[in-house]
Amino acid sequence: METFIAIYIFMLAAFTGFEVISKVPAILHTPLMSGSNFIHGVVLVGAIIALGMAETNLEKTIGFFGVLLASGNAVGGYVVTERMLEMFKSKKENE
Amino acid sequence: MSSVETIIQSIYVVAAVLFIVGLKRMSSPTTARTGIIWAGVGMLMATVATFFYPGIENFLLIATAIFLGTVIAGYTAKKVEMTEMPEMIALYNGMGGGAAAAIAAVELFKDHHLPLSVTTLALIGGIIGSISFTGSLVAFGKLQGMIKGTFRFKGQHQINILLLLGSIALSVLVVTGFDSNATLVTAIFIIALILGIAMTMPIGGGDMAVVISLYNALTGLAVGFEGYVLQNYSMIIAGTVVGAAGTLLTQLMAKAMNKTLVSVLFPFGEASQTSGDAVEGEMKPIEAGDAGIMMAFAQKVIIIPGYGMAVAQAQQKVWELSQLLIERGVDVKFAIHPVAGRMPGHMNVLLAEAGVPYELIFDEDEINQEFKSCDVALVIGANDVVNPIARTDPSSEIYGMPILDADYASNVIVVKRGQGTGFSGIENILFFLDNTRMLYGDGKAVATDLVNSIKEL
Repeated sequence: METFIAIYIFMLAAFTGFEVISKVPAILHTPLMSGSNFIHGVVLVGAIIALGMAETNLEKTIGFFGVLLASGNAVGGYVVTERMLEMFKSKKENE
Repeated sequence: MSSVETIIQSIYVVAAVLFIVGLKRMSSPTTARTGIIWAGVGMLMATVATFFYPGIENFLLIATAIFLGTVIAGYTAKKVEMTEMPEMIALYNGMGGGAAAAIAAVELFKDHHLPLSVTTLALIGGIIGSISFTGSLVAFGKLQGMIKGTFRFKGQHQINILLLLGSIALSVLVVTGFDSNATLVTAIFIIALILGIAMTMPIGGGDMAVVISLYNALTGLAVGFEGYVLQNYSMIIAGTVVGAAGTLLTQLMAKAMNKTLVSVLFPFGEASQTSGDAVEGEMKPIEAGDAGIMMAFAQKVIIIPGYGMAVAQAQQKVWELSQLLIERGVDVKFAIHPVAGRMPGHMNVLLAEAGVPYELIFDEDEINQEFKSCDVALVIGANDVVNPIARTDPSSEIYGMPILDADYASNVIVVKRGQGTGFSGIENILFFLDNTRMLYGDGKAVATDLVNSIKEL
């Protein structure tokens, strides 16, 4: 049953993803790609769990790189997106 | 479920909502800025909550890894120039893919029996994450200019398909429990990492935006699958939403560039099919002084910036030039092609950074009919997106691509470094037209000369 619940979640999340993006203007393509890049930085949560429960040295080493890479994804993704979207503020204020 | 777990799971629910709302807000220009903040709050909440997850140890390792990752990525992300944003997105995306693969590896190396569905998704997520990891790094290297050229040879795609099939076959062995030793799992990851490189090497720089977007979607998917492995619903939801949104975004981008995803991923033959030798006439040069006068006494000037302008860091000077013209009563507008810059929307960001107000910037369908009534079209650093061959020659590689109709303007001034061709390698027939004048030089130097010549009037 768990598996089916997961399938429903996958399905509904996929529809949500399509729906949320469907009307985006071309000028936002790059910032939006960057923003969604940040959002999958939630992999950090998984990486922390993986490293947190790692036992052998091999697991710990891989887990360490996992957390390192994941935090790079989240932090880099956030800063870059924020900097890009900052531009849209100056636009609005100039109007 | 203990009360701590209930709180953690509740926080994950809130985080998932914040991600979706954040993404929704980021898809509209008026709310985009707050969107990233919403999503950021969600991320912070989810991350902090995870520290209290039952059974978590190795806190020092976790904290060190987060610290290092944050410092490295935070520093590079702050320092990087706006022009280099696309490759940074590729880099951070690759890191996410690598992290998803790492989660898969840790779970698969563990000496415990996972249910069939968990092993399967861990492997699929691991393969996808690995491909996205090395693929994104190659994309980063290509956009940075560290990896030059395209590496194409006969039978390349067949080899890539064999690699993919190989990793799938090995995965089936692992899943069916025929052999679940660590060597086999390692082999799967190595093949997937190689595949990411092999897939990306033959793809040209002009198509990188589409590829990065695709890898972004793939990383999302990998994160979703690893979320299932860890029974973490915030990962499943965020990953899958990004996977779906990213897929759609990839298609939109490919469409804006008049390409199909298949033609980007499986490029055949050499990129340079120059139908250019058939072009008649010659390029006629002009001096900056004359070009300045031409624009100063025009009624209407449309500026068409391309990525070349951004490379030359000329956007500030171009805006200064526009301001001078506006002061003289010239009607100045900026025309942005959907794929100007290196990604759709990139040029808007670059112009906004230089201070060009929103209301002067028009996209292709808004401005194309205005070229007929325009005295001067100033093309600066753009090439393929103003090539009329896209309208006229069905045999051309870019035929059918929407272009800016600069050739309809009474006069066209093209600022260009040299006589080369654009990304596509196609000769631009606009440069040979009777009403076109070529203004050779570095974009910034030329813009400065134009500013000075107008000031002297």
